[in-house]
Amino acid sequence: MTVAQPAADPHLIQLLTPEGERLHHPDYDVDLTDEEYRSLYRDLVLVRRIDVEATALQRQGELGIWAALLGQEAAQVGSGRALRPQDFAFPTYREHGVAWCRDVDPLKLLGLFRGATNGDWDPEETRFALYTIVIGSQTLHATGYAMGVTKDGAVGSGDVLKDEAVIAYFGDGASSQGDVNEAFVWASVYNAPIVFFCQNNQWGISTPAATQSRIPLYKRAEGFGFPGVRVDGNDVLATYAVTRQALDSARTGQGPTLIEAFTYRMGAHTTSDDPTRYRLSSELEAWKLKDPLERMKAFLFKQQVADASFIEAVEGEADALASRIRKGCLEMPDPSPMVMFDQVYEEMTPLLRTQAEEFATYHAGFAQGGAH
Amino acid sequence: MSRVKDFKLPDLGEGLTEGEILQWLVAVGDDVKLNQPIVEVETAKAAVEVPSPYAGVVVTIHHDAGTMVDVGAVIISIDTDPGAGPLPVDEVVADHPEVGDLVPPPPPGEGALIGEVGPTGRTATLVGYGPKSVTAKRRSRNDHPAPAPAPVAVATPPPPPATAARVSAAAVGQSAALSAGEVSVLAKPPVRKLAKELGVDLTGLVGSGPGGTITRADVEAATSLAPQAMPASAVPTFSYDPETRERRIPVKGVRKMTAQAMVDSAFSAPHVTEFLTLDITPTMDLVQRLRLLPEFQDVKVTPLLLVAKALLLAVKRNPEINSTFTDSDIVMKEYVNLGIAAATPRGLLVPNIKDADQLSLVQLAQALQDLVATAREGRTTPGDMARGTITITNVGTFGVDSGTPILNPGESAILCFGAVRPTPWVVDNEIVVRQVTQLALSFDHRNVDGQLGSQFLADIARVLSDPATALAWS
Repeated sequence: MTVAQPAADPHLIQLLTPEGERLHHPDYDVDLTDEEYRSLYRDLVLVRRIDVEATALQRQGELGIWAALLGQEAAQVGSGRALRPQDFAFPTYREHGVAWCRDVDPLKLLGLFRGATNGDWDPEETRFALYTIVIGSQTLHATGYAMGVTKDGAVGSGDVLKDEAVIAYFGDGASSQGDVNEAFVWASVYNAPIVFFCQNNQWGISTPAATQSRIPLYKRAEGFGFPGVRVDGNDVLATYAVTRQALDSARTGQGPTLIEAFTYRMGAHTTSDDPTRYRLSSELEAWKLKDPLERMKAFLFKQQVADASFIEAVEGEADALASRIRKGCLEMPDPSPMVMFDQVYEEMTPLLRTQAEEFATYHAGFAQGGAH
Repeated sequence: MSRVKDFKLPDLGEGLTEGEILQWLVAVGDDVKLNQPIVEVETAKAAVEVPSPYAGVVVTIHHDAGTMVDVGAVIISIDTDPGAGPLPVDEVVADHPEVGDLVPPPPPGEGALIGEVGPTGRTATLVGYGPKSVTAKRRSRNDHPAPAPAPVAVATPPPPPATAARVSAAAVGQSAALSAGEVSVLAKPPVRKLAKELGVDLTGLVGSGPGGTITRADVEAATSLAPQAMPASAVPTFSYDPETRERRIPVKGVRKMTAQAMVDSAFSAPHVTEFLTLDITPTMDLVQRLRLLPEFQDVKVTPLLLVAKALLLAVKRNPEINSTFTDSDIVMKEYVNLGIAAATPRGLLVPNIKDADQLSLVQLAQALQDLVATAREGRTTPGDMARGTITITNVGTFGVDSGTPILNPGESAILCFGAVRPTPWVVDNEIVVRQVTQLALSFDHRNVDGQLGSQFLADIARVLSDPATALAWS
C-alpha cells in the first residue's frame, strides 16, 4: 500500500485522501472486508441518488421542500454505519443518509416533506428519532435520552453488543444555539453515553461557519470537559472509525465525545434557498475535488476491491431505487384531516374527542366526498 | 389517459405565487428525459433549474423567457409517447385550450362549480405541493345548495377544475412555441442577472469560462462594446451590422423616457446656467466630524448630504426657486421633494426625497442612503420619481468639475455638484491648498430671474463655505 501525503490539517483525521489513497492513523483505523468496503460505497451512491431524486421531485411540485444532503453522504453513512443496532440516533431534518443506514424507507422521509405524513417511521423500532426542524433542540432530547440509558443501567456492562449509546446530529449553525451548549453541559456533568456529531458543512444557511466561532468547533468540547475530534467528513472510512470509537467510548461509560465532521454542503440549504447569492462558485469547485463518492470509488479501483461491473450494478440499483421512490411519492395518498387528532396523545382527552367528533361531522357535511 | 402531459409551474420555494421564466433549456420538438433540466425559473427566493417530470418530446412551450408566470400555470406540454405516431389533432388543441382560446369553455359538469373559484382565479400557496393547491376551490356544502343543480355533479364527478389555472396561464402567456430554436446558454444566475441589468443578450456572447460558460467578465466586455446600457425592462435585441460596423440599440424603456424628458425640458424652459467655484474645506472637515457622532453611526455622511442640506436652507430663503412654470400660473410648492439624479443599471433615474425640507440631517442622510440603494438595486418605483420639485446632480462622483444640467421637467432649478479637489487658493493673500469645488445651477429663466438664481446659488455656497451659516438660517 502506498504511503500518501498526510492531510494538510494535522488535526483532521483522515483515512482516505481525496485521491483515494489509504492513510493510517495511530488512534483510529478500520480493517474492513472487501465486501464491507463495497457496501459502504453502495450506500453512498444510493443515498445520493435518493437525495437527487427528492430534489427533482420538489422542483416538480411533488414535495413542499427538501433539505439536500449533497456532499455530506460520507459523514452520514460513515456515522450511520458505525451505530450498533441498539444505539439510538437523533437527527436534524437532513440525515437522510443516517435514516438509510437505520433502514428507514426513503419514502417515509418523502412523505414528511410532501406533507402527507408527520413522519411515520417508528422511532423505537428503527432506533431513529423523528426529524427535528427546530435547530439544535434534538441535542437536548438526545442528552435526556442518554441520561435515561444510564439510569436503565444499559451502560458499562462491558458487553459492546448490549450496551447502548446515543448519537445527536446537528450542524455548524446549531453549534451557536443555546440548546446545543446546554446539552453539552448536561451530557458532560452526567457523563451521558452520547456522541455529539456535528456536520460542519461550512454554511448555516448563508452564514459562514467561520463567523460563528473563533476556534475550530471540535475544540469547544474541551471547555465542557469532554474530548472533541475533527474528522474528514467526506471520508467515509475515517468518519466510520471515529464514530465507532466514540460510540464505544460512550457505551463503556466514558462519557460524551464531540465529533466535528468537516464537510461541505454542495447544494442549497433547502430547495427554498439559492446559495449562489452568498458564496463563490470557486469554493464549490474546490470541494468538488474532495467528493466523498469519487474518493471511495478511486479507492475501490486502486485496491481492486471492485471493478466497473460492480459500479454499474450499483448505478442500476440506484436507478431502480429512484424509480421506486418517485412512483411511491406520486402515489402517496393525501392524509385524512382526522389524522391530526390521532398522533398527539396516547389517550385522547375528552375535550379533544369532542373536537374530533365535531370536526368529523363538519367534514361529512360536504356534498362531494366528505373528508379526504 | 392523455399522451400529452402538462407541467404546471410548481411552488419552488415555500409560499411563492409566481416565478419568472429566465430561460428555456429545451425547444419544441426536443426529446427530453426524466429529470432533464428544461427551464430556469427565478422566484423571489432563488433562480433554479427545473427538471422535467416526464420523458418524451416537447409539444408546446407556453410561456416565453422573460415572462412572469403564476404558480400552477402550465408552462410546458410533453408528448410522453412519441413513438405512437403523430399526435391526433384533438390531443394538441382540445386538451390545451389555452393554445387556441384565451378563455376555454367550461368542461361539462363544471356548472355545479360556478362561483367556487376565487374571484382572481388565483390562490396563494403557503406550503403547497403541486397544482392541487392552486386550483383550490370550496367544496359545496349540503346545507348550502350550489347555484346549479347538484345531481349532475354528484352523478358524474366533474373533471379536475383547472379553469383557474388555465385562465391565468392564458392571460399571462400570449404565445406558444416562440422559444423554438433558442440556443441554450451557459451562465450562472448572478451573471445572468448582471447581463439582464446591463441589457446584454447572452445568446450573442462566446463564453470564456470553463466549458464555454459565460462569465461576468464576458458580460462586462460586451457592455463596453455597447456604451449605452439597455433598460432592464426591454428585451435586449442588439442588431449588429458587420458591414457598417455599427450596432443599433432600440430606443425604449428608461432611455426613451430620458430622451423625451430632456427634449421636453430643453425646448420648453429657457435654461440659464451659472457657475460658482468655492472653497468647501470647512464642509469637508464637518463631514469628518459628523461621521464620528453617535447619531450618524448607522448612516453615511457624504459631501452630497451637506450640499443637499445647504440647498434646502437656500430654498427656504428663496422659496420662489421651488416652483413650476405653466402657461397660466407659477405654482409655488410649499414642500421640497428633492430629486437626486442617479446613474443606475437601468439608466438615468431621478428619484426624489419627499418633504426633504422637513427632515433632520440624520433623517436626510438615511433618506439619501435609501434612495441610492434602492436605485442601485433597480427597485426605484414610479412613485419615487414623481412630484419632484428641485434636483441635484452629483457629477463630481465621476471626477468631473462641472456641467450645464438640464432641468428635470416641471422643476425650475437643478444644481450640479462637481468634483472636490485640493486646489491652490488665496486666503489672506497667501496661496494655500484648500478643498475646492464648482457648483453650477441651471434655472428656468421664465420664472427665475438672474437675481433670484444668483442669490440662491450664492446662499448654497455660503453654507458650504461656512457651515455655521446653517445654524444661523435654521
